[in-house]
Amino acid sequence: MPEVVIPIGPQHPALKEPVNFRVIADGEKIIRLELDLSYSHRGVEKAAESRNFIRVLPLLERVCGICSHSHSTAFSKGIEEIMQLEIPPRALYIRTIIAELERMHSHMLWLGVAAHEIGFNTLFMWTWRDREVVQDTLEEMTGNRVHYGMNEIGGVRCDLTPVQVNKALSRLPNLEERVRKYVDMVNDQETMLIRFKGIGKMSREEALKFGAVGPTARASGVDIDTRRDDPYLAYQEVPWNVVTDTAGDVYGRTRVRIGELFESIKIVRYCLENLPGGQIRVNNPPKNAPEGEILSRYEAPRGELVHFIRTNGTDKVERVDIRTPTLANWTSVAMCLVNQNLADIPVIVAAIDPCLSCTSRITIVNHKNGKPGRSG
Amino acid sequence: MTDTLLLLVYIIVFPGFIFLLAYALFFEFLDRKISARMQHRVGPPLFQPFADLIKMLGKEVIDPDGVDRHVFDTAPLVALAAVMTAFLYIPVTGASPLAFQGDLVVVLYLLMLPTVALFLIGWLSRNVFSAVGGIRAVTQMFIYEVPFFLALLTPALMAGSWSISDIVLWQQEHLWFMVIQPIGFVVGLIGLQAKLERTPFDIPEAETEIVAGPWTELTGRRLALMHLTSDVSLVVGSSLIAALFLGGPALPWTVSPVWLNWIAGFLLFLAKTLAVLLILSSMKVATGRIRIDQLNAIGWKYIAGAAVVQVALVLIVDYFGVAV
Repeated sequence: MPEVVIPIGPQHPALKEPVNFRVIADGEKIIRLELDLSYSHRGVEKAAESRNFIRVLPLLERVCGICSHSHSTAFSKGIEEIMQLEIPPRALYIRTIIAELERMHSHMLWLGVAAHEIGFNTLFMWTWRDREVVQDTLEEMTGNRVHYGMNEIGGVRCDLTPVQVNKALSRLPNLEERVRKYVDMVNDQETMLIRFKGIGKMSREEALKFGAVGPTARASGVDIDTRRDDPYLAYQEVPWNVVTDTAGDVYGRTRVRIGELFESIKIVRYCLENLPGGQIRVNNPPKNAPEGEILSRYEAPRGELVHFIRTNGTDKVERVDIRTPTLANWTSVAMCLVNQNLADIPVIVAAIDPCLSCTSRITIVNHKNGKPGRSG
Repeated sequence: MTDTLLLLVYIIVFPGFIFLLAYALFFEFLDRKISARMQHRVGPPLFQPFADLIKMLGKEVIDPDGVDRHVFDTAPLVALAAVMTAFLYIPVTGASPLAFQGDLVVVLYLLMLPTVALFLIGWLSRNVFSAVGGIRAVTQMFIYEVPFFLALLTPALMAGSWSISDIVLWQQEHLWFMVIQPIGFVVGLIGLQAKLERTPFDIPEAETEIVAGPWTELTGRRLALMHLTSDVSLVVGSSLIAALFLGGPALPWTVSPVWLNWIAGFLLFLAKTLAVLLILSSMKVATGRIRIDQLNAIGWKYIAGAAVVQVALVLIVDYFGVAV
């Protein structure tokens, strides 16, 4: 069969957000993949420069709908470091709890999406049902299900009451049982095994070479995790492990994420049980930040998130640059797809848990006519 | 005169077209409801499939650029007509009045037509998703059709008749073929699932890969008719399995008066087709979609192999004249 160009996107049922893959296929085999990103540039970074820190946080939270807490934490962490603020331990613990709950609902969402990509809708429905438990907990703690608005420069917005803590703790055993059920399904369900094992394989060397981050890298045996390598929040005080796998395929990435679900449950339980007392935010944090530059690293559910922040002594940032984990993982996807089956595109792409709109940082301008669009 | 009239009633009203359409829509409802409950969803209300059908019938029909309109209009009709005709040969409340030696082959042939129509639609759509889907549909057909035919012909082999109604009668006197030929029964169910393009064999219309496969460019009444064809195929397939392997509507003893016997047979038919549907729905819910190359390997290695083993067993039993 001759080579066929199959356009996937910008609108396609497998994609929840706009992106364009031009898949060059020979029959059902993929020869090459051409990526066209950045369909939903929103100018978040520019908007962030014109707002003061208090108003930047809600804006940055809206970079991503799933890891909203990640962005606001990464930013406030950086600013606090520039301001040299000492954050009360209770605030750090609350931030950690929200961060890990967020990781839990993100990974559960991913598991459902991955199952949906191979047409296994039962697991999709089940994980999304169980994800509601996590979302309910978040809603009880913060008042919101998606954009929690928990962070403030110098601490968190609201405290956790003992009732909230107990309610959250009482939900964890049930959740753990459900996650255990997913482990069984992933290991025993025949159609999942044949669709996940050996698909989108990436060796440790390749993962390092293409700069993969997060669960994608960890599934290939790269032992990186910002939470351990560059500790922030309360991760130093909490006993937990970095989950890695040697499989390097979609199956490995699934196992890493499910393993992280257990770790997250562990962290949340520890933090809830050992919640220190005291203040939840610094009294009267300064409005202006001194001049400085900082690279704030944060382990978002999808991998390492980096905020580069430059301040100029005012109450606004001079520049904030956001590198989302999805951007770091794209090259590995293009590499993984070569020589794979056409039917495996959705699941290989989904395996990095792409978050496309968050990644849209650039506008490509055609240098010949100065108009936006793909350059010649 | 009355014979012709009765035959017409049989074909058009009961258990022919009107009953068939109603039952097909009910089947779709049940299928959706069962899978919804298994997936912890609410599922559709009873008349949802009917409402969907009416709504789609009234929608605008869009012709893709450069598509042969006539073929596009005809293909769904031919597919629907084929499966509806197939149903007439399947015993619903007793032997079908249209039964003849070889109607089993006719039914299998008619059941194959929707796939061919789907391939045609996909091929003519001038859309890459449809074309890939159409090719997949036909590839898949070559994989499941052989074991499916073999599995459904083994009851005929043992009963010594090529008529479905005769096979039902044979089972009334002896045993259900599900008991005598369990391998054939399982292969038949798997083949039927593949024929109906339901998970794990929904490869031709894999939503996340090729949008809707051959269905992509279907709109309005074409889409409605094609959906109806799927529903009717589901009923025909289930009743075929019920007739060939589960003894169909035949009662092990005779009940008098005749009308009571007739009703009992009909209830048996309902119960058995619903049982088959339950199995098919569970299969759909419990699996993910496999790839076409994986289906190729599994289909020819195991499913076809199992069907051949079943045929061989039947032939050996037949040769040595073991009485069942």
